[in-house]
Amino acid sequence: MGALLKCENVSLGYEGDVVTKGLNFTVNSGDYLCIVGENGSGKSTLIKALLGLKPQLSGNIELCGEVGKNEIGYLPQQTMVQRDFPASVREIVLSGCMNRCGLRPFYNKEEKKLAKDMMERLEITPLARRCYRELSGGQQQRVLLARALCAARKMILLDEPVTGLDPKATNEMYELIGSLNKKDGITVIMVSHDMNAAVRYASHILHVGRKQLFFGTKDDYLTSKTGQAFLTVMGGDDDE
Amino acid sequence: MSEILDKLHTYFQLPVIRYAMVVGLLIALCSSLLGVTLVMKRFSFIGDGLSHVAFGAMAVATVAGVTNNMLIIMPVTIAAAILLLRTGSKTKIKGDAAIAMISVGALALGYMLMNIAAQSGNKRTSSNVTADVCSTLFGSTSILTLSITDVWICVGMSVFVVAVFLIFYNKIFAVTFDESFAKATGVRSDMYNLLIAVVIAVIIVFAMNFVGSLLISALIIFPALSAMRIFKSFRSVIICSVIISLFCAASGLIIAILVGTPVGSTIVSADICVFFAFCLASFIMKKGR
Repeated sequence: MGALLKCENVSLGYEGDVVTKGLNFTVNSGDYLCIVGENGSGKSTLIKALLGLKPQLSGNIELCGEVGKNEIGYLPQQTMVQRDFPASVREIVLSGCMNRCGLRPFYNKEEKKLAKDMMERLEITPLARRCYRELSGGQQQRVLLARALCAARKMILLDEPVTGLDPKATNEMYELIGSLNKKDGITVIMVSHDMNAAVRYASHILHVGRKQLFFGTKDDYLTSKTGQAFLTVMGGDDDE
Repeated sequence: MSEILDKLHTYFQLPVIRYAMVVGLLIALCSSLLGVTLVMKRFSFIGDGLSHVAFGAMAVATVAGVTNNMLIIMPVTIAAAILLLRTGSKTKIKGDAAIAMISVGALALGYMLMNIAAQSGNKRTSSNVTADVCSTLFGSTSILTLSITDVWICVGMSVFVVAVFLIFYNKIFAVTFDESFAKATGVRSDMYNLLIAVVIAVIIVFAMNFVGSLLISALIIFPALSAMRIFKSFRSVIICSVIISLFCAASGLIIAILVGTPVGSTIVSADICVFFAFCLASFIMKKGR
């Protein structure tokens, strides 16, 4: 159980405006970390910084141990560009295998099989030839998750994975992520404002506000002041 | 009908016409390949922008009296392409504004330079300058005065573009569909963006002689947009836009030769017709469902 990711005294923000600061935490192999906090507290920014998409204002983010940059999967919040993109489901899922290719120009059999398996797992095989832009929000989310799973060999980062899903699909999504973590041993880092799910599935909680409010195991969080205060506020209206 | 065929037959006896056809089809092929990528990256206007930069560079080359003006045009255009595509997401001036700025700036400076040079007696009269400018903007008949060397250069360029596109097809798809995902999962998206920029610059510089710098965007954008009306997957859209582009270039060229209309605008008109035909077809398909 080595450390995969270390954050030391990281602060984040836009052009000098500090959104959150003093982030210190370590993610170990096999952890299920849930990042919670109010809107605008920099959760998505943190995910982007962890992935190297956005530089941090100060501090140190380090991928360490045995995880390479090309062994990470990522489920982003959807952007506008994707919504009218002419691409079939299969093409998109397969593009998740890109980071295994290196300089090799085409996908090999293993990668094609992996993509097929992932589509099977997320029950989107019948949609394989359909156009992405014609799918419902929930189906699109599954496609993007299948792609992220193709890319994730050691670790997966999820940014609000259940946005736009109905309660049933939401539950399935959480179960799936949970089994990824337990069965496949993939380290999960997830941003969520669904507190019920966070405390149900996660092993560790990171609570961010203007600064780091809490980091530790779920059990510690439930007994901490921050955790209890936040749960009473957020607990009621989670079943969106 | 046979009269027309006879006429065409006689024309195709002439090497220049055959050269024009070959070059035209090759350029149409290359320019349609990256169309989808540019449309989806919201860079539809980059064709315009870069071709104006190429025009400006050409003016500089003419004034400086460089014999092989490609030596100046190509590097300048590639540099501009890199500047626009790479830093587009980071700079303070956003993509569309940056393109507009560089495009009209280069156009104005290029035209001014050519005029100044003409007035200072660079062997050209000012009426010649107008003709020169007009032909670079709307495509010259120089497509009908190509030498065999030009054809080979164009063949080489097309082989380069098509090879790059095929080898990096999957990567271009990944980077276009979701750049941040590609980057986050360890794909070197910056490098591929750079590659796209270089390829697009090469295509534009070559296509400029063909349809002229004002119409170049049409050659890049129309086939892609038409194909996107009907087809749903990236691969089928690309294949379809290549076919559309080849068809329009061929029919446009033939019509231009027969009727004597300007080559560039005839081809673009053919593209426009196909676009509306595809719009209609997609409308009917939706109704039929």
